[in-house]
Order: sequence, then structure tokens, then C-alpha cells
Amino acid sequence: MAKILMKGNEAIGEAAIKAGCLHFFGYPITPQNELPEYLSKRLPQVGGKYIQTESEVATSNMIFGAAGVGVRVMTSSSSPGISLMSEGLSYLAGAELPAVIVNMMRAGPGLAGILPAQSDYAHATRGTAHGDFELIVLAPSSVQEAVDLTILSFELAEKYRNPVMLLGDGMIGQMMEPVEFPDVEVGPPMKAADWALTGCKGREPRLVSSLFLDPVELNEKNHERFARYKVIKDNEARHELYNCDEPYDVLITAFGVMSRVCKSAIQELKGQGINVGMFRPITVKPFPSEQCSAAIFKSKRVLDVEMNMGQMLVDIQLAANGKREVDFMGKCGGLTPSIEDVIESVHSTLAKIKGGVA
Amino acid sequence: MRKIFSHTEGMITDPMHYCPGCTHGIIHRLVGETLIELGIRERAVGISPVGCSVFTYKYFRCDMFQASHGRAPAVATGAKRCRPELVVFCYQGDGDLAAIGTSEIIHAANRGEKITCIFVNNAIYGMTGGQMAPTTIPGQRTSTTPGGRNVAEDGFPLKMSEILSQLQTPGYIARVSMHSPAEIIKAKQIVRKAFEYQVSNTCFSFVEFLSTCPTNWGMSPVDSLNWMKTNMLPYYPLGEHKIPEKHEGGSR
Ligand SMILES: Cc1ncc(C[n+]2csc(CCOP(=O)(O)OP(=O)(O)O)c2C)c(N)n1
Ligand code: SF4
Repeated sequence: MAKILMKGNEAIGEAAIKAGCLHFFGYPITPQNELPEYLSKRLPQVGGKYIQTESEVATSNMIFGAAGVGVRVMTSSSSPGISLMSEGLSYLAGAELPAVIVNMMRAGPGLAGILPAQSDYAHATRGTAHGDFELIVLAPSSVQEAVDLTILSFELAEKYRNPVMLLGDGMIGQMMEPVEFPDVEVGPPMKAADWALTGCKGREPRLVSSLFLDPVELNEKNHERFARYKVIKDNEARHELYNCDEPYDVLITAFGVMSRVCKSAIQELKGQGINVGMFRPITVKPFPSEQCSAAIFKSKRVLDVEMNMGQMLVDIQLAANGKREVDFMGKCGGLTPSIEDVIESVHSTLAKIKGGVA
Repeated sequence: MRKIFSHTEGMITDPMHYCPGCTHGIIHRLVGETLIELGIRERAVGISPVGCSVFTYKYFRCDMFQASHGRAPAVATGAKRCRPELVVFCYQGDGDLAAIGTSEIIHAANRGEKITCIFVNNAIYGMTGGQMAPTTIPGQRTSTTPGGRNVAEDGFPLKMSEILSQLQTPGYIARVSMHSPAEIIKAKQIVRKAFEYQVSNTCFSFVEFLSTCPTNWGMSPVDSLNWMKTNMLPYYPLGEHKIPEKHEGGSR
């Protein structure tokens, strides 16, 4: 299929259709409105259903109902709306249902701002909701990658029976870039699942539930789920290394669109005779810790750059394991660290290396 | 000898966890019988709430969800919109439906979701130990209204059937009571009608049951039935509050 120029939010909507998702439930919020708007037009054209909900609380429970009857389902929202979805996300994980949730992050906390940010890394990767569970979280850095990861999200959700979040910095949804889609009109439907509630004709009734009042059973369930998370980490963790072939003193860590600003800074620094490497997690959950450690240990010091107050920093520090210092530079509130900001921070990290500051 | 009464195939025969004299069990039975009479058990999906009826899924012999507190109509919406061939019903208590889940039930009704909601109004939070519910009647003592429900501070009880009947969207809304065999027989007809409206893809349907909670009301089962008749019936009038045929607006 030829490349077409598309806005990120719309491209994600189309990618969902290409992945065979024909059901979308959502509540309006900036900066992701183009996604539901696009699907409200497109889904009926391909025999799908778009439903505007009364709240994100309801949304998260509607996708629970949709996933439970064994169909591919997606919702999208932005930070404050994702907070309200916490309930459904926990129940989806507890009942082991596949669903894809898009978060086009805006600045926080509270109502805060509508400008792009990376304000929900911690929410997505750690404190999503009550109980022992994790989401699988994918963080695209371009519109094409958002398309590819949307399709992957559905695959992972179904393979591991766990909700998957596509975590985009607001600008991923807003920017236009050339994209290519798989050469299908609509992806195939989800395979008939032996847990889906489809009516009990010819079989015993089924139950979709997150309730386990027997502590031994619940303990086992949660251990089983976390064993699965280990398998996901071993097999599905994805990352990008940039400019890491030449020796480097400083390794930049960044995710999402922030990594693209860092790449430009790395190119400029090259012109100044300074080689800087970059590590970018693509799955921010599971975090590719071993791969990150390997890149970190080739450096003398690390610079973590984010559009927040340092939410990924703790993952980087864990990967550095006390063996390398990690500096942090971040802007938030809708501001994005500029190429110049990154270059300046690299220089200050280099100065710390030279000055022997531990 | 001819067998004139037996278990319904719509339900599993395990003993129920409900307290003696609780009318939740009768309501289950009416729904279970309806699933069989209408031949819909094998395409039914029920949704159990949070409350005393959380274990509803153990009793109906059909596919079941266990939903979060108050959200059964949202779960039902998700299920029904994605698989319209299913017959989807919610079973909810009054805390579940009329407090935490008020938004979900109103919007599901207003969208005209082709689902059936069984609403059990026992004027109290049963499972959590007898606190005030949105349907607790004025002056009624509960564990959080030791002096009786004070309408000046707690407001008046919500009449969900009347509230939902106000919606322009066509729907079938009825209130029934479990206080006597005659009323139970009437209730059965209404439950059947409610499911029929879904099966014929006509409209949203909702049946409110006045039900007892002997344990948290602190009464014997018989006293509970009498208390319900004397105190709840005057505030919560029985009958069909809305039928789709009479409706003038909407798109039918
Ligand atoms: C989000 C959330 N809040 C509170 C609770 C605690 N809770 C469990 S059951 C219940 C009340 C249910 O009462 P009702 O709906 O009236 O049903 P009944 O038990 O009377 O049948 C509450 C508040 C919960 N499980 N989840
Ligand atoms: S606590 Fe009340 S509502 Fe719950 S089972 Fe007992 S009698 Fe029924």
C-alpha cells in the first residue's frame, strides 16, 4: 500500500480497523478527539460500531463487556479520562480480558493543560489502578510507529489476555506524517475464544469475573499472571538503540516523541565531535531493563530526558543499578525540551564526568 | 404421581447463599423460569453486580459476567452492541443501580440499549451490613441513619422507575413487589414481558422489584413482608410505568 499523509489520531483509528477491531467506545477529550471522530465515520462503513459513552468510567466497563463476549475492542482518551478508566482496567486485568486503550497524554495533574506531555508514564507502568496487575504499554515515537504498535497491541492483548495501552505524547495524535498500512481493508476477526461469553449453546455456561474470594486461589491467580508478565518481558520487550555503535561517554534515555528531539541533538553534537548514544524503550511496560543496562554500562554517565518530572527515571536508575549516575532533564506543563536544551544538558553531564563528580 | 413443581432448568440447583426469608431468591427464580419459557437460556448473558447478589452468576444456568459496582448496564451495553444476537440482562441492587451506578443506568436506558435490567430495591445496602441506600424510605433506621432517614439531610429516596420513565426514549419500565404470592405471579408476567421486548429488539426494559432484607431490617421474614407492604408500597407505586407502545416520540 502506498504511503499517505495522515494525522496520528486518525492513523491509529485506521490501524485498529486494519487489525480487525470493529468496536470503539469513547468519551470526548482533547487531544485525542480526531480518533473517535474518525472512527464514528469509518466504523459504520466497515460494519463496525462506534458508541459515544457517558463517561470514561462507563467506557472502561463497556470495553470490559465487549472484550468479555470475545470481540476486539478499543477505546482512547487522554490523561484525566484515563484516570477514570482505572476501574475498568483493573477489572479487565483481573478477568484476563484483551482490550486496547489509547492514552494521548496531556499535561497534569488535575485538569492542568491540553498540551502534549508524558505525564502518565508512572500511571501507565506502575500505579494504574488497584490490585496486582500490569498493563502492557507501548510508546510510539512517530505516526508510522503508532500504526504498527496499534496493530501489535491487539496481538499482544489477545496472546496474553491482558489489556494493552498505547501511550502517546499528545503530539503523536496531532502531527501529520506519511504512513503505510497493511494491505487489507479490515483485519480478520478475533479467533473464537474458549472463555468468551457467546451464549452456552452446546456447552457449559462460562463466567467472566475478577472475583476470587478464596485467598489461596487468588494468590495462585496473581502468581500465574505475574509469571505471564515475566514471559512477556522475556519475549516482547522492544527498544531502539540510536548511535550506539561508536563509543560514547553519555547515554541519553528518552521515550516517545522526546526521543526524536534527542536524535536531532545527537546529530548536532556529532558535528561538535561528541558522540552520544541513545536508548529508547518502545515497550515501556515491560521495561527492557537488561537491554537498557547493557547500553548504560557502555557509557560513563546517563542523561534521562522526559516531558515530565522524571517518571521513567526510576526505571533508568534501576537499570543503572547504582553503577552509573543518571542525570535528569525534563520540562512539563506542555513544554518540550528543545534540541538546545538537550545539548546543554549533555554538556553539563560531560562536565560532571570530567569533573569527577560521582 | 404428576410432578407439578420442580427446579427450573434456567438455574443451577446449588443451595443459595441468601439469608432465610430474603426475596432475592424468588426474583432469581422468576428470571430463571423466563429464560427457559422464552427459550433464550442458550443465548443469554447475565451480569451480576456488587452487592448481596454478587453471586448471581453461581445460580443462573447461562453465561455470566461479574461486573464492578454499579456498572452492569455499561458492561451490558458493551456485550449487547458487540453481539446483538445475545439476550443480555443485568441484576442489580439499589446501592449498585441507584447510587454508584445512576449514570450508567440512565444512559443505558436513554440510548435505548436492548437489554433487560432486574433492579432489586430492598431499601438498604445488604451486603455491607445495612447502611442507608438511595432508596431507604424517610424515617427508616439503618446502620448509618440511626435516627431514621432524615430527608432534610439525606434527601428523599430515589424512585428509579419514575425517573427512567421520564426519558423520551421508548422503554418498558415496571415496578413489582415480592410481598405476596399474587404479586409474585404478576411479577412473573412482567419479567416475561420485559425479556420479550428485548427478544423482539423493541426497547430497553427494566423491572424494579420491591424486595426484603430481613437480616438488615432486623425483622423476621414475615414481619419483613408486612413492613414492605406497609412502608414501601405507598412510596413506590406498583405497575407498568412506561410501555413502548404508548410512546409518541422516538424512532419506533
Ligand atoms: C467501588 C466500590 N465501592 C464500594 C463497594 C462496597 N460495596 C459492596 S456491596 C455494596 C452495597 C450493595 O448494596 P445494594 O446494591 O443495595 O445491594 P444489596 O446488597 O442490598 O442486595 C457496597 C457499597 C465496592 N465493592 N466497590
Ligand atoms: S443481607 Fe439482606 S439482601 Fe442480603 S441476602 Fe441477607 S436478607 Fe438478603
